[in-house]
Amino acid sequence: MKGIQNGARLYVVDPRRTSSAAWADTWLGLNVGSDVALANTMAREIIHAGLAHNEFIKRGTTNYQAYKEALEPYTLSFGERVTGIPADVIRDAAHAYAKADRAMVCWTLGITEHHNAVDNVLALINLSLLTGHVGRYGCGCNPLRGQNNVQGGGDMGALPNKLPGFQDVTTEAHRTKFERAWGRDIIPKDGWHLTEMIHAMETKELTALYVIGENPAQSDADATHVTHLLENLDHLVVQEIFLTKTAQLADVVFPATATWAEGEGTVTNSERRVQRCRKAVDPPGEARDEIWIMSQFAKRLGYDWGSPTAEDVWNEVRALSPQLMGMTYKRLEELGGLQWPCPDENHPGTKFLHSRLWDDDPSKRGRLAPFSIVHHEGPVEQPDEEYPFLLSTGRRLESYNTGVQSGGYLSPLHRGESLDMSPEDAERLGVGPGDIVRVTSRRGTLEAPVYIDRGLRAGVVFMTLHFPDEVMTNLLTINATDMKSGTAEFKACAVRVEPVRVRTLRSSRRAEPLAAAGDD
Amino acid sequence: MDLRLRHSVPTDDERAAVDALLGPPESAWDGGERGDVYDAHVAHGGRRSRERRHLLLPALEALQARVGWISETGLEYVCVRLNLPPAEAWSVATFYALLSTTPRPRRVVHVCDDIVCRCKGAAELIEQIEATVGPAHAHGPNGDHVHVDEQTVWMRSPCLGQCDYGPAALVQEAGESPREDVVRELTIDEARAILRGEAPSTRPKLRRSRAMRAEPDWTELMTETQTLRLPQDSNSTSPQPTLKLLRRVGTIDPTDIAAYTTSGGFEALRHALEIGPDAVIREMIDSKLMGRGGAAFPTGRKWEAVAKQSARPHYLICNADESEPGTFKDRVLLDGDPFAMVESMTIAGFATGCERGFLYIRGEYPVGAERVARAIDESRAHGFLGNDILGRGVRFDIEIRRGAGAYICGEETAIFNSIEGYRGEPRNKPPFPAQAGLFGLPTVINNVETLANVPSIVLHGGAAFARVGTEQSTGTKLFCVSGNVEEPGVYEVEFGATLRDLLALAGGVANGRSLQAVLLGGAAGVFVRPDELDMPLTFEGARAAKATLGSGVIVAFDDTVDMKQILLRIASFFRDESCGQCVPCRVGTVRQEEALHRIASGRTLGGVPQEVSLLDEVGVAMKDASICGLGQTAYAAIESAIHRVGVLNGARSRA
Repeated sequence: MKGIQNGARLYVVDPRRTSSAAWADTWLGLNVGSDVALANTMAREIIHAGLAHNEFIKRGTTNYQAYKEALEPYTLSFGERVTGIPADVIRDAAHAYAKADRAMVCWTLGITEHHNAVDNVLALINLSLLTGHVGRYGCGCNPLRGQNNVQGGGDMGALPNKLPGFQDVTTEAHRTKFERAWGRDIIPKDGWHLTEMIHAMETKELTALYVIGENPAQSDADATHVTHLLENLDHLVVQEIFLTKTAQLADVVFPATATWAEGEGTVTNSERRVQRCRKAVDPPGEARDEIWIMSQFAKRLGYDWGSPTAEDVWNEVRALSPQLMGMTYKRLEELGGLQWPCPDENHPGTKFLHSRLWDDDPSKRGRLAPFSIVHHEGPVEQPDEEYPFLLSTGRRLESYNTGVQSGGYLSPLHRGESLDMSPEDAERLGVGPGDIVRVTSRRGTLEAPVYIDRGLRAGVVFMTLHFPDEVMTNLLTINATDMKSGTAEFKACAVRVEPVRVRTLRSSRRAEPLAAAGDD
Repeated sequence: MDLRLRHSVPTDDERAAVDALLGPPESAWDGGERGDVYDAHVAHGGRRSRERRHLLLPALEALQARVGWISETGLEYVCVRLNLPPAEAWSVATFYALLSTTPRPRRVVHVCDDIVCRCKGAAELIEQIEATVGPAHAHGPNGDHVHVDEQTVWMRSPCLGQCDYGPAALVQEAGESPREDVVRELTIDEARAILRGEAPSTRPKLRRSRAMRAEPDWTELMTETQTLRLPQDSNSTSPQPTLKLLRRVGTIDPTDIAAYTTSGGFEALRHALEIGPDAVIREMIDSKLMGRGGAAFPTGRKWEAVAKQSARPHYLICNADESEPGTFKDRVLLDGDPFAMVESMTIAGFATGCERGFLYIRGEYPVGAERVARAIDESRAHGFLGNDILGRGVRFDIEIRRGAGAYICGEETAIFNSIEGYRGEPRNKPPFPAQAGLFGLPTVINNVETLANVPSIVLHGGAAFARVGTEQSTGTKLFCVSGNVEEPGVYEVEFGATLRDLLALAGGVANGRSLQAVLLGGAAGVFVRPDELDMPLTFEGARAAKATLGSGVIVAFDDTVDMKQILLRIASFFRDESCGQCVPCRVGTVRQEEALHRIASGRTLGGVPQEVSLLDEVGVAMKDASICGLGQTAYAAIESAIHRVGVLNGARSRA
């Protein structure tokens, strides 16, 4: 926002005209799931207008020729047809991005909660490589994190294929370093990601689960199915600060602390800045520090780790992770945090990544960045006669995920779950604000009140995941997932909408389409 | 008021009023019809609406002028057009006294009941209106006591700046062609007639309407010119040399650019363009001109500081929000010599590197706003403003902003917020306006009278200017002499004249009464005793006497005036005008008024001395801890009345 107030240009790409879009110089309201088509159309336009950064392409990238050829079908008119955005607007956005001194692409779950999530991301990376908006100050690709420590989870190795410090499980040199330090063998293959775990529960390969700070019973797509699988595990352990729906299914619940106020440790934010968090208050009741819980858990399994402090754990992570090596607690406290990579204790941290690609000395450039060839696929489900609306799900400013943390306090902005729809669709269905409608997908059905959102266009409806106790939105969502990343397509599924209780008396002119809709 | 839009539908009048200012909507996203295929996938305008944020107050004023109040639907339409949350526009709409967010009849008569008009019988007049017409219009937060079926209502008003013709009133009539009439020397018969719906009488008073702007009635304008006759002109005993600042007022047609140029107008601008910005600033510094708005800061230094700033653009503001009770000098300059203000601002803009200037005039001055607007248009048409001034490639233009009834907006940083479309709350300093002023950029802000000195300084040189007056107070000064004097009015004297001289110029105390006290500098000023009249009215003289010139106010109170009521009125003025931003002022001005109420009614808490020590304590807190001058000086006049003049001597508590 500071940048915008200082005059930065903002282009917002979103099927809905959100309140963020209202700040934009231009809002590009693309059709749901046409992100690759838009990025590729922009890329082709940049190349054909002679705006590609040929020097950087030559210096820092590979696979350009094949990429360029693959883009040929993505003409402006093709882009307009697929995305719904007028060709001249796409052209203007492409030129603005390519000509800018510095430009960055920021995204959140609108890019990644699709069955082709990785393709979406690669298409955006291609754009940044094409224009040289990478490896320089004020440029780059920024997935904006929804929480304060999503990045930190990755840093610590909470990924199925990574050890702490983003070191690959399958790389022997990395693995043996950890094996030596821990005195144990590590299975030399990638673990399961969330979607694979669910699949493994289905096939009974996975029979016991230890869940820390997550609420899959309500947050995952096709919720009835997930709950059923959790209920049928041999053993479920949940470590939580709230008694969530998932915790209620558990055999054992470990009451944990909220580390940001009740414990010591570090968090890493979106710009890779590691910062200290400190204990300010004692945890309530029987809640215990998370490191203590895990040490005790290990002890019961037969391994005595002693009583490590947060700093002990951190120093072990540093010793094993070259990127974090220089970040002692002392430095983190003195400097107010450091950005990795920070390989030694004299290193000032790294403001932005990938500057190596610009190095004059080819040997210092390291592995060049490849262009990836990705193509438009569109959502798995498209609206049809039976399910004529496209449902996208997401979040609202004032609520947080499944509402475990945000549902408990009052806010004038809270308005509960609703099916948001365009005024045109509401008129056609003969429903108004607050009227109850039945929403049905191929997987489930639910009832929700209508909310008229003028930021939506006809054919697109929207719900959140914030109020699973009132309306279980994820009964509707599709469990199509991206095989490369394991993310589910929360952003697109086809639904049918039927009026159930229309509270307000409407004119007969409006009642007619209601009857017609009932006959569908 | 909500953060969200409710998508209510504005009335045709509301839509027309806003669209006349902002132009028609460009898409469904800024108030147009939905249904366009392009709009379903594209919206522009985030930047444009940010750049037009400063039009919020003019848009609200347009609604007020058209409908008579700002309804929720009208407010929301403005929000849709400017991409604002309703709560934000509401915060601005509720800040200004001349804007109403509860239903109000189309015609409102604002009757001044401030201290100067009280000397002319305003309190008695209002009693008569209450007795024969009915109570004043109340506007509660829920719109209670509202009789919208009535065509005309009246309200009490703080000083309208017509102190030389009190009691005064301002009649505002909303509609397609809104009217604003200033009524002077209001009588009870005339008040009754106006409140019955009749137009104000055709006596030679200032009467203007916005609707007339398209087709001027020159005859009527000439009549008005005559009403600008200065009392000083007809006073043969005047010891002063020829008038300088006032030399054109009442002698030329203020609407005629030819009359202005034949009387030497725009010669200074030509000369300034000749000698260049640095030389102009040098002359200004040599002149030792001090700001006339009250703070007395050296104008040349201010200009130099802004000219040096590398950040661009620079802005110029002419502060014509003259709202200090008892002040009307700027009104006389704007009504009587509007082209001079255009010329002065253009020179100032040229010297300090500004291409855009704002003239912020208080909402209660319809005539001045009208005349300056015409002067700007005429000047532009004749090449004295615009993109190529006098063919020399110099760019400068002026935009008028009208206040909407907020004394605080005369404060130099509050005026920035007001122009930018925010509540007119003062900012903390530093940063000072020269570094970060309007829109966060280097800004020159000068009072009308200060700028009025510019042409003669440029033409005759700073040294010549500095030879007039005293060592530290150079040039001539306008004083607004009013209250119980024979001939109230604006008087121009060379610095060095004493308070006695000024009172003599105005014919002395009226009706042979004796003097009780004199208020210098307005509500934020200081009361002095009748035995202090030999005080020289220079900056240094006032300082030595622990008084202030402020904005040049001299109000004489004779022995018939109940000073406790005057102090109460001053206290209620500050309580009403405090912006509420900082605690010392918001709470202090209320406590101060309460204590004075108790003293006036004789129901003190523990006696008058106890109440006075409470007032002193609250006064110190306000002076030490308030953000801006309003709170810092809210006790000054009352303190001097009590401790210097002794108006409470002999006051007793009934209890």
